[in-house]
Amino acid sequence: MEYFWYIILVIMLAVYVILDGYDFGAGIIHLFFAKTEKDKKAITNAIGPFWDANEVWLIAAGGVLFFAFPTLYASSFSGFYLPLIMVLWLLIFRAVGLELRGQIHNPMWEAVWDKAFGIASLLLALFFGAALGNVVRGVNLGMVENGVSTQEAHYFFLPLWNETFSPQAEHQGIIDWFTLMLGVIAVVALTIHGANWIIFKTNSDLNTKLKDVVFKLNFVLFALVIASLLIWHIIEPKPFHNFMQYPFLWVLPAITFTGLFGLFKVKSFKKDGYGFLFSTLFLLGGLSSTVASIFPKLLPSTNDVNPSLTVENVAAHEYGLSMGMSWFFVALLLVLVYMIVQYRVFKGKMDDVGYGEH
Amino acid sequence: MEEMLFYDRMQFAFTVTFHYLFPQLTMGLSLLIVYFKWKFLKTDNEEYNDAAKFWMRIFALNFAMGVVTGIPMEFQFGTNWAKFSELTGGIIGQTLAMEGMFSFFLESSFLGLFLFGEKLLGHKLHFLTGFLVFLGSWMSGFLIIATHSWMQNPVGYEILANGKFVLNNFGALFTNPWLWPSYLHNQAASIVTSAFVVTGIGAFYILSKKNVAFGKIFVKTGVVFGLISSIIVAMPTGDLLAKNVVKHQPVTFAAMEGIFHTEKGGSEIVLIGQPDVQNKKLDNKIAVPNILSFLTYGNWDQEVKGLNEFPEENYPTNISGLYYGYHIMVGLGTIFIGMMFLALVQLFRKKLFETKWLLWAFMFAVPFPYIANTTGWYTAELGRQPWLVYNLMRTTSGASPTVSSGNTLFTLLGFIGLYLLLGMLFLILAGKIIRKGPHPQTH
Repeated sequence: MEYFWYIILVIMLAVYVILDGYDFGAGIIHLFFAKTEKDKKAITNAIGPFWDANEVWLIAAGGVLFFAFPTLYASSFSGFYLPLIMVLWLLIFRAVGLELRGQIHNPMWEAVWDKAFGIASLLLALFFGAALGNVVRGVNLGMVENGVSTQEAHYFFLPLWNETFSPQAEHQGIIDWFTLMLGVIAVVALTIHGANWIIFKTNSDLNTKLKDVVFKLNFVLFALVIASLLIWHIIEPKPFHNFMQYPFLWVLPAITFTGLFGLFKVKSFKKDGYGFLFSTLFLLGGLSSTVASIFPKLLPSTNDVNPSLTVENVAAHEYGLSMGMSWFFVALLLVLVYMIVQYRVFKGKMDDVGYGEH
Repeated sequence: MEEMLFYDRMQFAFTVTFHYLFPQLTMGLSLLIVYFKWKFLKTDNEEYNDAAKFWMRIFALNFAMGVVTGIPMEFQFGTNWAKFSELTGGIIGQTLAMEGMFSFFLESSFLGLFLFGEKLLGHKLHFLTGFLVFLGSWMSGFLIIATHSWMQNPVGYEILANGKFVLNNFGALFTNPWLWPSYLHNQAASIVTSAFVVTGIGAFYILSKKNVAFGKIFVKTGVVFGLISSIIVAMPTGDLLAKNVVKHQPVTFAAMEGIFHTEKGGSEIVLIGQPDVQNKKLDNKIAVPNILSFLTYGNWDQEVKGLNEFPEENYPTNISGLYYGYHIMVGLGTIFIGMMFLALVQLFRKKLFETKWLLWAFMFAVPFPYIANTTGWYTAELGRQPWLVYNLMRTTSGASPTVSSGNTLFTLLGFIGLYLLLGMLFLILAGKIIRKGPHPQTH
């Protein structure tokens, strides 16, 4: 039963990354490449009717984490206290930037909210990438000092950084060179993803330029992915252990690289949606490969005193989990219906949606 | 430890108080907008459609504020109340996850269509999207209050040897005797807020001689919705809730009513007075004898238990705050019924729009239902103290064990700053929409 909820949770997080990921990417493109009012309009039109529903996937995934794996929810949310609260602040700035910009027509007002939207999107991408890095690296569960736990075995607290910025330091920080690298990978990957979404959903003048941006950034992404694979063993000595044991899992990295290589052909795609498809494959494959490599661990322990948090030792009680299944399928079906309605109403190019005009 | 707990509580109280300023309007207002839209479909009177559109602009702004300040609430269970989440997550996580899956997706998917889809969808489908947004927000309220009710009156659970609460009866979460009176009380109170806002802005338009036709529609509609809802808030829902408190949390009831000592031969109801908790008495008291016994038990002479009958470690932590919260709520609720009743009488006599002093009163009354709603929630929450899960888990044992008070104060200050900014932006933009008025937009 808990493995069912594990798969649901991973799928929900993946859907969140793919959907809100294009919003973050669009925000980053907005920050660096949108020069004219027309470019900006095109970008906000492309994500306007969707971003709010996309963000709900994060909240819903948080809810499922809370109810299915309460111990993990409690441990990780309090342990990653500061970055999580900052994510909340950034989500507020992103939302306010998008929604309030069009309320008053004044160049200074608009400039402020443009920057709020763009910078918040950039930092959110960085934070979420670093978050994945923290999960892979693991934490000092139980806050062990000199071989003795100072807290209950599943609790910890991480400051934002330590002096060494090393992932192997005894007292880790949220930001070290490893998690920062994953953060940068997330920024680059989501910028590509967002650009692909804009190309897909608009006829903007930016599109030709964005194809070029995707093409060039893909080299950067490729180099970063290779580099991270080469140094991954510093964090996890046996990164391919699960893949050796269950060879079918190799399909996940295969998906990642299909996405990555596909993106090099961005300039010759016949349809505008192909780029988005390939960046989706990259994100999906990358995230699922990473999660699969640490399975069944959900949050590894970096000390020998306390065990890692795993799917089994953090799950809620059987009865609640099985009751949850009955309502979850009804809800999921409804969500799919809403999504079909939403994407049908706003199908095709969205340059004329007029989002945010009051 | 105590400092840590204080900041944790302050942060939750501050963020949830600010948050609930917005949903309490949008839940009720969505009903009024659906009504305006329905009235337009029925009568073909364009003014009702314009009224619906005007309130949709106010709604959109409030809804956005509600969403951005709502997300921190769900995260804070884990960030600040980790021990509580760990032990009860299998139960309250259930209803909170349902809220995300059932209401947030519904609201967020159809809000965009509701706000921007009138031309695209036609009036009937547009009405439907409005109804779905209304449904989503009311479902959200329901699941939150189901969670709240479990904390007030835990049901359908068992406690394992490791201290974890696990669910053993899913259905009990929704048949909890605490749930339905609380839910209806809260939803009616939310309609009261929206009715006062609609009436107040209508009164402003009539008095300022701008958009007078709309002002009359707003006042008329607001008064009808306002009277019905403010009566429901008191009877039967408020009455049922109070009886629940007497039955399940008698010590809370004693503190709410300011009864320090059990009185023989029936209890008086305190209208005004300042609790002196150290000396266990009320100063400057104005009270009516025997009424409380009658309201509580239907019997003039029945005695109501005072605080002296309970062990001190189970006293609500903030007796004065609880007492004031409750009295402000009840006092304002009574005034609301009076104002709305008077207005309805004048409406029937066709004199309401000329009764200037009453219109002025309504214009200045707009903040008060917000105060009543907030103090009502303080009554419920302070009344539950010193427990997180009533009689089973104390607030002192629920906070996150590893988050230091300095970190919590840092984020609390951050929230205060950020929310002050949001509050100012909200007032500027709401003012702009109101000044612009409901006249048909051209763009």
